[in-house]
Amino acid sequence: MTDTPVNDGALRAKVRDDALVRKRYRAERRFRAYGLAAIMAALGVLTVLIFSIVSAGLPAFTTTQVALNLNFDAGDIDPDGSTDPEKLANGNYRGALLKSLRAEFPGAETRKGRRDAINMISNEVSFVMRDMVLADPSIIGTTQVVWVKSSADIDQLAKGSIDRTLPESDRRVNNRQLGWFETLEREDRVKTTFNTTFFTTADSREPEQAGILGAVVGSALTLVVTLLLSFPVGVMSAVYLEEFAPKNRWTDLIEVNINNLAAVPSIVFGLLGLAVFLNFFALPRSAPVVGGMVLALMTLPTIIIASRAALKAVPPSIREAGLGMGASRLQTVTHHVLPLAIPGILTGTIIGMAQALGETAPLLMIGMVAFIVDIPQSFTDPATVLPVQVFLWADAPERAFVERTSAAIMVLLAFLITMNLFAVMLRKKFERRW
Amino acid sequence: MNSLLLIAILLVLSAIGYQVGRKRALAGAGGQISGLHSLPSYYGSYVALWCALPALLVIGLWLGLQSGIVDSLLISGLPASVQALSEGQLNLLLSDIRNLAAGDITSKTPDPMVLAAAERYNDLRSTGFAAMVVVGLALGIAGFFIGWRAINPSFRARPRVERIVHWLLIIASAIAILTTIGIVLSLLFESIRFFNRVSPVEFLFGLNWSPQTALRADQVGATGAFGAVPIFAGTFLITIIAMLVAVPIGLFSAIYMAEYASPKFRAIVKPILEILAGIPTVVYGFFAALTIAPFFRGFGESIGLDVASESALAAGVVMGIMIIPFVSSLSDDVINAVPQSLRDGSFAMGATHSETIRQVIIPAALPGIVGSVLLATSRAIGETMIVVMAAGLAANLSANPLEAVTTVTVQIVTLLVGDQEFDSAKTLAAFALGLVLFTITLCLNVIALTVVRKYREKYD
Repeated sequence: MTDTPVNDGALRAKVRDDALVRKRYRAERRFRAYGLAAIMAALGVLTVLIFSIVSAGLPAFTTTQVALNLNFDAGDIDPDGSTDPEKLANGNYRGALLKSLRAEFPGAETRKGRRDAINMISNEVSFVMRDMVLADPSIIGTTQVVWVKSSADIDQLAKGSIDRTLPESDRRVNNRQLGWFETLEREDRVKTTFNTTFFTTADSREPEQAGILGAVVGSALTLVVTLLLSFPVGVMSAVYLEEFAPKNRWTDLIEVNINNLAAVPSIVFGLLGLAVFLNFFALPRSAPVVGGMVLALMTLPTIIIASRAALKAVPPSIREAGLGMGASRLQTVTHHVLPLAIPGILTGTIIGMAQALGETAPLLMIGMVAFIVDIPQSFTDPATVLPVQVFLWADAPERAFVERTSAAIMVLLAFLITMNLFAVMLRKKFERRW
Repeated sequence: MNSLLLIAILLVLSAIGYQVGRKRALAGAGGQISGLHSLPSYYGSYVALWCALPALLVIGLWLGLQSGIVDSLLISGLPASVQALSEGQLNLLLSDIRNLAAGDITSKTPDPMVLAAAERYNDLRSTGFAAMVVVGLALGIAGFFIGWRAINPSFRARPRVERIVHWLLIIASAIAILTTIGIVLSLLFESIRFFNRVSPVEFLFGLNWSPQTALRADQVGATGAFGAVPIFAGTFLITIIAMLVAVPIGLFSAIYMAEYASPKFRAIVKPILEILAGIPTVVYGFFAALTIAPFFRGFGESIGLDVASESALAAGVVMGIMIIPFVSSLSDDVINAVPQSLRDGSFAMGATHSETIRQVIIPAALPGIVGSVLLATSRAIGETMIVVMAAGLAANLSANPLEAVTTVTVQIVTLLVGDQEFDSAKTLAAFALGLVLFTITLCLNVIALTVVRKYREKYD
């Protein structure tokens, strides 16, 4: 029985080791769980972000209309009975509208009541009346049932964003307006329609008339300038650095410089644009052409780095074959290397353009942050872009603008996702392993 | 006719030049390509380049400089009493004149002097434009003939064209350098103008920031103090909070992705995480202001803490979320670059996977990870929209994350947006802040890129 103590010791060691191993395995599982938890946290935040934006933004795609009996009163619209379009265009449509509202809403006779009634509907209604009359002068003197856009507050009320049970003083819609609206609802004169205004107009102070078309056009003009400047310059400098440049201090400097430029904060590019393009060259403020130039400088490093990677991926045997057949270096590059690298270059360019589309800060510096109600027509018109429009609306106090901000973000994200998907597809389709 | 049309005409001319050059070369050789020194397309390109390049260069310069020259001509034509006005007043008058010339409504009924000036302005502009058209077209046509005359079958067109293209390539790659020089010079010049008014010592070490300068001498509460320490402190606080969120989450996700995740999991989750990097910052700013800040405020209230609605915490946390993919994807790369032999060695010694990661892989990948964290820090310092929308405007010197603080980028935006005058210390201060921002981020980037590059070389 000499080995009993030994066995005993081994057993104890085994138990101790088991405990240690179990502890180590527990640590292993814990560590693994931390990693998974980190990923889940990131994904969870992404989900919350998307959910909060989408749930806040979806209502903006619909709008509320109410049916009103509009009396096209001849006395207001066409007092002298001449159906001359020039005179018709200057008729007192607001007066006719007010009379109709008085007939429609009991209690709208007083000064305050009239204001309440006017605030029920969008202030574009009198212009709608004018357009109707100009299109068909025979309706003068008749009463028509017209579906008109409600004001933003009534729209919010219809969508349930305003709590009807709140005390009157805490509500943006007062009891009288609420009563009128409930009457309209009972009579089935309220409907929800798709909000086309949102996609067909530019910015406005009135939420129900505000749209993103101006910003989308501004973004498009800006991106055209950015693409026209940064793509050729980026590809050319990538070709030079990758295919022609001798390895010396000068090219080293350019390379370090490009890598650093890619990490310079975007607002610094805005300061550059302000000091150089606006103050030194005195180019117009708020213009897409200047915005495009600033963004081009900003995306240039992205395009150069992506293009260089694409050129580097083309195997040297292609170049050697070209040179062996007697082509010059430039011919080899333009006829053989560049065509093979183009998918990679285009992928990088699209990603760079997507970055430029989402960029806000440098454009604030060059004045693309103005309130602009016109859709820009040319590269030098004052314009704003989609992300800046988001920024402007995010500052607006009305509830209806929160909705529209989120909706504008959804449109912006839709553009970005499309561009990135396109880049991914391009890469998948043309990716080649040598 | 506008400048776009002019450029289009020149491009058409140069396309014609291409065809003509090609035909002329072929005709000179009797239709035999073998009789030419170069391929016919090079003769065409030679003419086309002569057509387009000089004319486009001149037009570009003209468009850039025209408004400045017109302005100075206009000012020199104004009465002496007007020229004696201060820079700010002169700028106001100029913009009045411009508005009037464009046919817009001005603030008041214009006096005859302004009206005359507006007319003169329109005159100068149309004269300038006409001159540009004439010069541009003349240069294009002259180039056409120079190129055309040079062409004969023995003309060495290919080397000529290739040399021009080579120079164009060099110029294109110099634009990146020019951009950096432009950034440095513009920041430096405006900052020097600022430091002529406010001493650098006060700017860098002063504790009081209130950039509103007095318009009148007797104005109250607008002293114009430019001590930037509270701003730097605020930036630092928000950056720290952001990194406290981003580094653990980013690093642990990178480790999980690189070491534990199955290829399938990786293929799905990695692109989704990268979405976080693709979301525009203005969206994060809105998210911070709409969702996160009220959440923290409500949570603070429920446990009896007073959280400001523009707390540094909310801005910092959202910024951290934005930074996660920068940390995770760069760290993922460096962890993947650690040679498999190191892992195998550690496993052979009986280490568990997590022990291998903690004691072998992380130390080996540390320089790269540090580099990625530094890059992410520089990103956080320079980030603008999140803090503009979610952080405060007032410069509080506070280390309490529940209070509102302001950052360098927020101040740059508030100082410059909507302000057109360029001679006040207030607007110039933005450039001084920009210079500080640029210097700090540049240092961080240089260190980070050097570290990452050294590390790559080690295992390549």
